[in-house]
Amino acid sequence: MMSTGEMRRVTAINNGTVIDHVPAGAALAVLRMLGISGDRSSPISLVMNVPSSKHGRKDIIKVEDRELTQDELDRLALIAPKASVAIIRSYSVAEKREVSIGSELVNIASCTFSNCITINPREPQDHRLTVVSGDPIELRCRYCGRPQDMDELIDNLL
Amino acid sequence: MDDDLITMDDLTNEEIISLLDDAERLLPVAHGSEYLPLLEGKLLANMFFEPSTRTRMSFEAAMKRLGGGVVNLGDVNSSSAVKGETLYDTMRMVDGYCDIASLRHPRQGAAQYAADACAIPIMNGGDGAGHHPTQTLLDLFTIRQAHGRLDGLTVALVGDLRYGRTVHSLSHALARFDCNLIFISPSQLAMPTEIVSDLIKQGANIIETEDLYGAVPDADIIYMTRIQKERFPDEDEYAKVAGIYKLTAADLVGAKGEMIVMHPLPRVNEISPDVDDTRHARYFEQAFHGVVARMALMCRLLGVAVPGVDS
Repeated sequence: MMSTGEMRRVTAINNGTVIDHVPAGAALAVLRMLGISGDRSSPISLVMNVPSSKHGRKDIIKVEDRELTQDELDRLALIAPKASVAIIRSYSVAEKREVSIGSELVNIASCTFSNCITINPREPQDHRLTVVSGDPIELRCRYCGRPQDMDELIDNLL
Repeated sequence: MDDDLITMDDLTNEEIISLLDDAERLLPVAHGSEYLPLLEGKLLANMFFEPSTRTRMSFEAAMKRLGGGVVNLGDVNSSSAVKGETLYDTMRMVDGYCDIASLRHPRQGAAQYAADACAIPIMNGGDGAGHHPTQTLLDLFTIRQAHGRLDGLTVALVGDLRYGRTVHSLSHALARFDCNLIFISPSQLAMPTEIVSDLIKQGANIIETEDLYGAVPDADIIYMTRIQKERFPDEDEYAKVAGIYKLTAADLVGAKGEMIVMHPLPRVNEISPDVDDTRHARYFEQAFHGVVARMALMCRLLGVAVPGVDS
């Protein structure tokens, strides 16, 4: 059985970021995508597969002592486009941020097609993925025009 | 129109028709019976990072017939690309040397990438298995010369529909003119699903089959393609499908009188030489049309109006 302190850690954090409405089962992929690993000194709390009035089931992530930047929020849109993000300071919600994928992802991930011109790491121009549809997410490379496989794209994050 | 021609999406249907009108006007110039130096003082860069005969030569002929000059990348094996120069750096250099550039490259997306790097207009001469819009312009020109229209025709595209960039660009364009498309290929060389899906979203009427001969009576155009050995991962896969379609004069007995046979060339054995002498053969004329189509395009991209016949 959890102690009172442990329960509080799951339900409230002092400073950091709460990411709510992550698709059920996607929390670990979100952490990987944000480059957050278990070897950091501050705690990370995950709640997975809990009931959600909006989406049936959802995951929740709480990252202590770190506020997500706009660039990280743009990345988040790739696998959790309906997530809501709260920045917590002194146990209170200081800011609420919505995740929005926009019309183009610039230097977030590289094209997954093996014969795309951007496959050469020395080519210096930006990696650009055009958002064809936001829900469900459909991306195409600006250069080669190939539709992107979302599972493969996670491996191509920059 | 856009400042570059990367895919056929850069042109509206009206712009396509207008370019074909200009191309028709330029026929005597391409034949050498009229001198019209519309592009005098302009310089074209022919940047072919992959082998090409017709596309490279017709770009060069088009520019020279219009009074302009041409510089060629030359043999890619002796260019700076083999020293590891990026496409970006090469194209930034060309941007300073020339007024307009054509580009062929083995990597898909190279033309858009070059266009983003350059201020001068870029014409996509084929990027990997991607697009080949100037071939599409000359194909549409050939079709209009033969049938007097582009709308509502039944077009059978045959052979390598998977790797053949020519048929990718052409099928998108034909769908915009409400043509009926028959895709004829072995299953391993079928039209990529994302292209079929895009065409269906466009409202295209598509039939997919492996049977060439059954399609002959219905077709207004039979567009043959070469099975491209160089695009296969291994020899065995190529051997399974090489020579699967071979059109002969005898196969055309049941064809409509005005039906035309086209091919982007080079052919290997998919069209028998005895088809050359039938009234249906158009592939050599089609290759010649590359000159007028590219003349019209270069004039348009360089902002030079093509005067009418009476001007």
